[in-house]
Amino acid sequence: MLDKIKEFASTFFVTGDPMIYGADVSIALATIGIVFVLTYFKKWGWLWKNWLTTVDHKKVGIMYILAAILMLFRGGVDALLMRVQLATPDVTLLHPEHYNQIFTTHGTIMILFMAMPLMFGLFNIAVPLQIGARDVAFPFLNALSFWLFFMGAMLFNLSFVIGGSPDAGWLSYPPLSELQFSPGVGQNFYIWGIQISGIGSLATGINFIVTIIKMRAPGMTWMKMPVFTWSVFSSCVIIIFAFPILTVTLALLFLDRFGGGHFFTLDFGGNPMMYINLIWMWGHPEVYIVVLPAFGIYSEVISVFSKKKLFGYKSMVYAMFMIAILSFFTWAHHFFTMGSGADVNAFFAISTMVIAIPTGVKVFNWLFTMYRGKITFKTPMMWSIAFIPNFLIAGLTGVMLSVAPADFQFHNSYFLIAHFHSALIGGVVFGYLAGLYYWWPKMFGFTLPETPGKWAFWFWNIGFYVCFIPQYSLGLMGMTRRLSTYGWDTGWQPLNLVSTVGAFLMGIGFLFQVLQILLGIKNYRKLKDTTGDPWGGHTLEWSIPSPAPEYNFATIPQVEERDDWWAEKDKRAKGIFRKQPPIEAIHMPKNSAIPFIMSVFFFIAGFGFVFGWSFFYIPGLIGVAICMICRSFFSYDGDYYIPADEVKRTEAAIRGSV
Amino acid sequence: MAQAAAHHSHDHDHGHHDPQELKMLGFWIFLVTDVILFSTLFATFVVLRNNTAGGPGGAELFNMTGVIIETFLLLTSSFTSGLAVLAMNKGSMKGLISWLIVTAILGLGFIGFEVYEFVEMVHEGANFGTSAFLSAFFTLVGTHGLHVSLGLVWMIGLMFQLKKRGLTPETKGKVSALSLYWHFLDAVWIFLLTVVYLMGVM
Repeated sequence: MLDKIKEFASTFFVTGDPMIYGADVSIALATIGIVFVLTYFKKWGWLWKNWLTTVDHKKVGIMYILAAILMLFRGGVDALLMRVQLATPDVTLLHPEHYNQIFTTHGTIMILFMAMPLMFGLFNIAVPLQIGARDVAFPFLNALSFWLFFMGAMLFNLSFVIGGSPDAGWLSYPPLSELQFSPGVGQNFYIWGIQISGIGSLATGINFIVTIIKMRAPGMTWMKMPVFTWSVFSSCVIIIFAFPILTVTLALLFLDRFGGGHFFTLDFGGNPMMYINLIWMWGHPEVYIVVLPAFGIYSEVISVFSKKKLFGYKSMVYAMFMIAILSFFTWAHHFFTMGSGADVNAFFAISTMVIAIPTGVKVFNWLFTMYRGKITFKTPMMWSIAFIPNFLIAGLTGVMLSVAPADFQFHNSYFLIAHFHSALIGGVVFGYLAGLYYWWPKMFGFTLPETPGKWAFWFWNIGFYVCFIPQYSLGLMGMTRRLSTYGWDTGWQPLNLVSTVGAFLMGIGFLFQVLQILLGIKNYRKLKDTTGDPWGGHTLEWSIPSPAPEYNFATIPQVEERDDWWAEKDKRAKGIFRKQPPIEAIHMPKNSAIPFIMSVFFFIAGFGFVFGWSFFYIPGLIGVAICMICRSFFSYDGDYYIPADEVKRTEAAIRGSV
Repeated sequence: MAQAAAHHSHDHDHGHHDPQELKMLGFWIFLVTDVILFSTLFATFVVLRNNTAGGPGGAELFNMTGVIIETFLLLTSSFTSGLAVLAMNKGSMKGLISWLIVTAILGLGFIGFEVYEFVEMVHEGANFGTSAFLSAFFTLVGTHGLHVSLGLVWMIGLMFQLKKRGLTPETKGKVSALSLYWHFLDAVWIFLLTVVYLMGVM
């Protein structure tokens, strides 16, 4: 009996690596610490009432961002481990299998559990406020989306200490990810972690499309809509077309592994190439899903901090939709070398290059917006400016990769690694950080201290070039990706060492950001945003106090101009005040525990499927079904009214004498 | 137009938007995502349909009589779900419930025949794991069957809610969404019939 338990424990828990024992200990300590603090300060009720059951889009947004920053840390540690391993030849810090796990989890976490939630966090914070709405279209679904993402991410991360991590690459190509070659549970963790959070992403896409179509303030026509909201809209359109493909692809891979199917196997007529086509039909649009909102942020930030209207607003909008459509015609450039034939390669090479045109249009628009503007170099603006030269490099090397014959040389080399990190860090992460700094006062009611922010910026920015520019050369020198070690005879050592130094510089940048947030919290009284409009913003979110009250707008604004808040401020300066409609009772959605509980059941079901344990997945699925039925039956009294008097009192309190 | 619509809701609802209208649009977009889901499965099936790996193909396996009966049942149920909505619009709770019951029985019949068909195939040795063709077949047709089954659970739950709540804007919205879903499944079945069965036996 004892032997059996021992045997089970040794396969169930990941053992044998000191780093993993260290992780076990730190996870246990962190958990005990959190439980202790919550109990000691009697915060369990507060946590449950204000956060776990909330349907307020602003709080959901904050939870997304918090989780994303944690995942950035986890993915970042993976990156540093890889860079240490590759700093010089013949390092034995990570054995090859462990290295495979680390690059797999690094990629998966950074794209799906860091970039996506950070993006959704910013959607949640900014979009309803920008369009003058009180909430998103489906607040309950919004909370559910967050908890599905969170549980999916936790399930995926659990693989680190229980069962073993996936190691077939971040897109898990078969046949490597098939049962035959990945017999452990790691791949199952990958499938269910992404699947569960992917359902949440799809729901968010639907939610924000409906919000933007239906809930804009009166007077906000499509062409008066803030450009960030436009970018969210185009990103969500890609989400609803791309994510169902991911859902199916992962489901089919799971059916292969779990049900003995033959979709992607090597025998019985399966076709591994089918998977690679499907995954990139989601995967390439995914890149544009995450980058378009970053473009939206740059547009807002550059306009506000140059004190100029955005140059070429309409061309920006059209460019985003061009990109959204073209993004679906580029997937095959990921496998030019796999024998699709000259015609197919030529088609996808050209459609990939064509995307550079709308992107170029946008870059020129940003430059022209800055031209003759009164630029102030606050942190959000610094990140936005730093993005432009970098994106030029990312864009140009992207066009190089899209040349099919040349791609045979670059394919799966460090050139490619350098290119997509340029695009995804310099394009996406820089943008989201700019957005985070930009909207931080709106979220929390205080600005972040600028000095540590600028230190962080320079460490990140310099570290970024030091890390990735050498990798372009390494790629051309023949270094391939997914390489766990190399010999002295390759001549790759100096550049790899430089690259590792760069990675650590970025890590220091991250620490400065943590410090910046801590200093901000410590000095929040001094940094308090009393105006609600610390940057001199142009969109509606800056017309209300910071942090926004739970109902957002005491009265729904009437929009007249594209940069309505600027126009409004001009008028007020001239002494023209708009007549405010009387404050009335406000209709609000009630908090609900169902999203959280339902996601826990999803987690249980997912865990059961990972191990093939029916005593987990059957109760889990039943729990999910019961939650859905409960929601349907109790959806009739899901709202309440805040009385007008209470709104007046709140407004008077936050606006002072006004 | 957006302006006019927003004004409209603003005037009578103090900035709060008509929840039924939002839900209906959301549901339409959900159906778009479901179209993509089925399209992906169809594409997979079309790529793999000749990969029988020496096992049986569609022509040997499909029992067209059963398929025609299934089609007849599902198409009729789509019609009766339309009659249910018509009854609802007339304000007749009795008509609504009765037509929903008829729809559910027809839907159950469809599922019954489909399950029977699957069991028959498995008895003949045509399993999910026999070949890529059969994996794709069972997944595509099974996903549709699962959608129909979930629709049945939804329909039954909704009948209880209708009994309890009566005809309110909320319950009416739910019936409309269900009916939309049911018609959508019907449309998917037409494609299944054509691409899987008719092209399979041809």
